[in-house]
Amino acid sequence: MSSTAIEVASKRGIWGGGVEPLKASYGKLMMWFFLLSDIFTFTAFLITYGAIRFSYPAYAGEPVDFVSSNEYWPIPEMIFDAFPFVHGVHLPLVFVALMTFILIMSSVTMVLAVEAGHRNDKKDVVKWLLWTLLGGITFLSCQAWEWTHFIHGTDEGTVMTFVNSMNTLVTETVFGANMYVNQYGPASFAQLFFFITGFHGFHVTIGVALLFMAFYQAAVGTYEERGHYEMVEKVGLYWHFVDLVWVFVFTFFYLI
Amino acid sequence: MSSHDNKGTLEVLPRDSEKIKRIWKVAGILLFLTLIEFVFAFTMDRGWLLYAIFVGLTLVKASYIMLEFMHLKDETKTLFWSIFLPLIFLVWLIIALLKEGIEIFQVRW
Repeated sequence: MSSTAIEVASKRGIWGGGVEPLKASYGKLMMWFFLLSDIFTFTAFLITYGAIRFSYPAYAGEPVDFVSSNEYWPIPEMIFDAFPFVHGVHLPLVFVALMTFILIMSSVTMVLAVEAGHRNDKKDVVKWLLWTLLGGITFLSCQAWEWTHFIHGTDEGTVMTFVNSMNTLVTETVFGANMYVNQYGPASFAQLFFFITGFHGFHVTIGVALLFMAFYQAAVGTYEERGHYEMVEKVGLYWHFVDLVWVFVFTFFYLI
Repeated sequence: MSSHDNKGTLEVLPRDSEKIKRIWKVAGILLFLTLIEFVFAFTMDRGWLLYAIFVGLTLVKASYIMLEFMHLKDETKTLFWSIFLPLIFLVWLIIALLKEGIEIFQVRW
């Protein structure tokens, strides 16, 4: 009986069932294809940023003379120049660079956790997942501070002429940012900032929840009992993706 | 009950220092490239050359993350290409929408 079954299977070929043609489990494959669809979502966001930016005039002067206006697109390095605890000091992009550093480091500790999972080393998995979790929470805290600063704005603000939420044309000093107007540039600038970094932050939040789950289950021995650490690998794929997206957001939103 | 019998029977393999060294090396490359981007942002004039460097370094970083950290280079060729080939669609999306943006600019200003 069993020899018949084997013969039938070999006739079906590699895609006929009974084997893993891609040598990856169902869960890992689905994570990959989910991430592929997420790549499309985030790329659509960033391309939208590019299209809207190109539809506005660029700032033509020297970066040092930059003044915010809703007539042209701002230079990001002159907008994102604040740092916690040093009020009023011009530190262009330093905080964003720090956030990038934190996220890349958490990606490194994640890959070390996955490596430890391959070796069934529970102690190392727990240790590296805890570091990754800390990195993720630190990143989210940084983003919360950045959003708060962006929404509240600088002490001086910017005098702007714009159509307010009551649909009337007004000229007044604008502080910070909301969905109607912001002191940094055209309304789309703040809208895209909230939209893109917000959607990324949402992904990080989900990632932190998944990391906590993996950390807890690894620590109480669920994976040891299961016989493999594949869940750490799947959460790892997601977490690296979050880092991957940030690499692009850093370039296209903050640098260019 | 049977799952309880397996408890603690997983064999812990020793650390492979080659692999771990490789991970830290890639980490170093990623951080170094980010540092270069950061320095170039303030030392070079804004323009298409700088933007091309930024995009190039970003793509290098992205491929390191996908190939090394996400282990895509260790997967089967079929899986590798079924993730990479669909990204070709994005090339046209980028060209089409950026052109759209430029044309909206010409109509508006």
